[in-house]
Amino acid sequence: MAVNPATCTCGDVPEAQLLERLDEILAEYREKPGALIPVLQIAQGIFGYLPEIVLKRISVGLGKPYSEVAGVVSFYSFFTTNPRGRHLIRVCLGTACYVRGGKQVLDTLKAKLGCDVGETTADRNFTLEVARCFGACGLAPAIMIDDDVHQRVKPARMQAILDLYAAPAAKSGGD
Amino acid sequence: MVNLTINGSPVQAAEGSTVLLAARQAGIQIPTLCYLENVQAIGACRLCMVEIEGARTLIPACVAPVTEGMKVSTRTQRVRDARKTVMELLMSDHAGDCKTCDRNDDCEFQALARDLGIRQVSWPGAVNPSHIDTSTPALVRDTGKCVLCRRCVTLCNAVQDVGALFPQHRGFKTVVGPAFGGDLDTVTCVQCGQCSAVCPVGAISEHDETGKAWAALDNPVKFVVVQTAPAIRAALGEEFGFAPGTLVTGKMTAALRRLGFDGVFDTNFTADLTILEEGTELLRRLKAAILGPDHDVQGDHHDAHAHAAPGPLPLATSCCPAWIKNCEHFHPDFLPNLSTCKSPQQMFGAAAKTYYSRRIAKHPSDVFVVSIMPCTAKKFEAARPEMEASWQRDVDVVLTTRELARMIRQAGIDFANLPDEQMDQPMGMSTGAADIFANTGGVMEAALRTAYEIVTGRALPFDGLRVTPIEGMEGIKEAALTFSDVVPEWSFLEGVTARVAVAHGLANANQLVDRIRSGKAAYHFVEVMSCPGGCIGGGGQPRMTTDAVRKSRIEAIYREDQGKGLRKSHENPQVRAAYEAFFQTPNSDLSHRFLHTGYFGRDRV
Repeated sequence: MAVNPATCTCGDVPEAQLLERLDEILAEYREKPGALIPVLQIAQGIFGYLPEIVLKRISVGLGKPYSEVAGVVSFYSFFTTNPRGRHLIRVCLGTACYVRGGKQVLDTLKAKLGCDVGETTADRNFTLEVARCFGACGLAPAIMIDDDVHQRVKPARMQAILDLYAAPAAKSGGD
Repeated sequence: MVNLTINGSPVQAAEGSTVLLAARQAGIQIPTLCYLENVQAIGACRLCMVEIEGARTLIPACVAPVTEGMKVSTRTQRVRDARKTVMELLMSDHAGDCKTCDRNDDCEFQALARDLGIRQVSWPGAVNPSHIDTSTPALVRDTGKCVLCRRCVTLCNAVQDVGALFPQHRGFKTVVGPAFGGDLDTVTCVQCGQCSAVCPVGAISEHDETGKAWAALDNPVKFVVVQTAPAIRAALGEEFGFAPGTLVTGKMTAALRRLGFDGVFDTNFTADLTILEEGTELLRRLKAAILGPDHDVQGDHHDAHAHAAPGPLPLATSCCPAWIKNCEHFHPDFLPNLSTCKSPQQMFGAAAKTYYSRRIAKHPSDVFVVSIMPCTAKKFEAARPEMEASWQRDVDVVLTTRELARMIRQAGIDFANLPDEQMDQPMGMSTGAADIFANTGGVMEAALRTAYEIVTGRALPFDGLRVTPIEGMEGIKEAALTFSDVVPEWSFLEGVTARVAVAHGLANANQLVDRIRSGKAAYHFVEVMSCPGGCIGGGGQPRMTTDAVRKSRIEAIYREDQGKGLRKSHENPQVRAAYEAFFQTPNSDLSHRFLHTGYFGRDRV
């Protein structure tokens, strides 16, 4: 469901160039009814997240009030207005993972990464989120980093897992 | 016609009508919260649930079309229980205390709880936190009181085309407000206050400034003068039990005097002044357009303003501060078309602290100007940085009609039994042309009464001086008027047909600007008022302003106009005296210095 942050181009391409691409998209969608959500999806794909400058440009470009654009962005959990890191960590807090120590896993991650749920590390390597069951209850407690599921995670093993994704992208994306 | 039965009685309703409207026609009240006549029927609040024979569930009456043979029950046990449940759920997430709420005893939500017989809230669950937004001079929002009915959203988007308010976030965390829960001063809000006029609870109200007015009245050093906009006299009575459309000019004057104001004056005085200034501006622009920019009406100007070439046509009125802010955000290319005349409110402030303060031998800083306005945007206008023609704030405090009523109650004044009193001179003198500034089409009509007579030497050729094509509630209205047998000074207008347009409601105004910009329509003069019906339907007026209320108030305004001996602004002897004593002539250097202003573009988002 979520954009794979590994495909995010943020930081690699100058912002002006990304905004140019956005303007092309806006020109293409300007006259189309129901354009707002597809444009937001594409924009999040281009920028990795939806910063204010992008949302205001979409508002003017599509002739939609900024409050409506913001209303749609804040309605759908798919959209994010915070920069994402290169890797997305999702900690399962579904029932099975919770009772088998998911909360302790989350607390360890928060401490190690120095960021809270929904936030991104200062080096923009990791974004931390919680999830409600990946359907991996037999492997509880589980976390996902990008598309990799890590099973029976223990706080003591956490650093070793994080090292697999260390910045700069020496071993990005896991194996 | 469609035949149905409601509560066992036969009812006829028009094809396409709804169960709610059919019931109302038959004198049966169905409770509603989110419904707004002509504007919103979205079935959101679920309070208008009725039982319809054959339907599996209860149906919201506001969105249920009538069908032949339909059998509706509006007051069965099942319906009553469902409405109570809905109301209790809404109440469980409604913060605040009725006793200290600005809507105490004037609250649709409170009245519904009473009418539905709610005695307790069975589900005292979580309550969304209050975020109180005091960022603008005009409005205060309290998100904790909001019941998510979305009336303000519809007004702000569909009627006003401003789009400052929209539901943010999701589910229980939904907040109606600007983008991402920000404050109003961070967005393109024009501060018209139509949201506050339709809010059924105390979630959006005017920014109360009665405390500042009381402090000035209690200050022995201050000479406190008050101006009342023309729309107040046709609405203030509603706050004290009078029917909509009752004129209370005399009682209002008496009440203001008893509140302790040292001078009780009329914004109408400067409405007449506005007509002379704006009428002259129009004729200058017409002359420049017809004869070329070198031909200005008056050739002896010595300041930069007057030397500047007259602006383009159409000239657009500038009385409405929400319309001005709307243009600054959304139509920066149209700003040169706006009249440079200040609004009557700001002309009054500037005149009170120059012309009048000199007349009564007071220093301008000892004169304190309070405005009573039907409008929340007037608070924003008075706070604009450029409104300091008198070397200080020209207007110190702006109160809405509702705030004035609050002060009258606080002072223990028995409004209904007050005698009728007259306003003070010189700035209490006005003509009928000034009264009609209160309603859509009125400023245009007042301008035509004077302009036509100046150009032709004859009275405006409409029955009773009423330009009926531009009166009424249609969104955009037009009229054309041909000048013939003009006086020699205006010979260039011989045979010219002046085309005018009037819009009210900003969505209509934006449409009018688009038509002008695209060349689909050409006018010489356009009037815009942001609120539906004009100022009589302003965001600061007594609630609720329905179309029936608008009509009653407009009729009252025209009664006031027709009851006056003088009905053309240029006949106002006190305005003439003010020119002789101070402002010289319309559009003179001095009038530009004190009575005119300028505009600037603002962010579009």
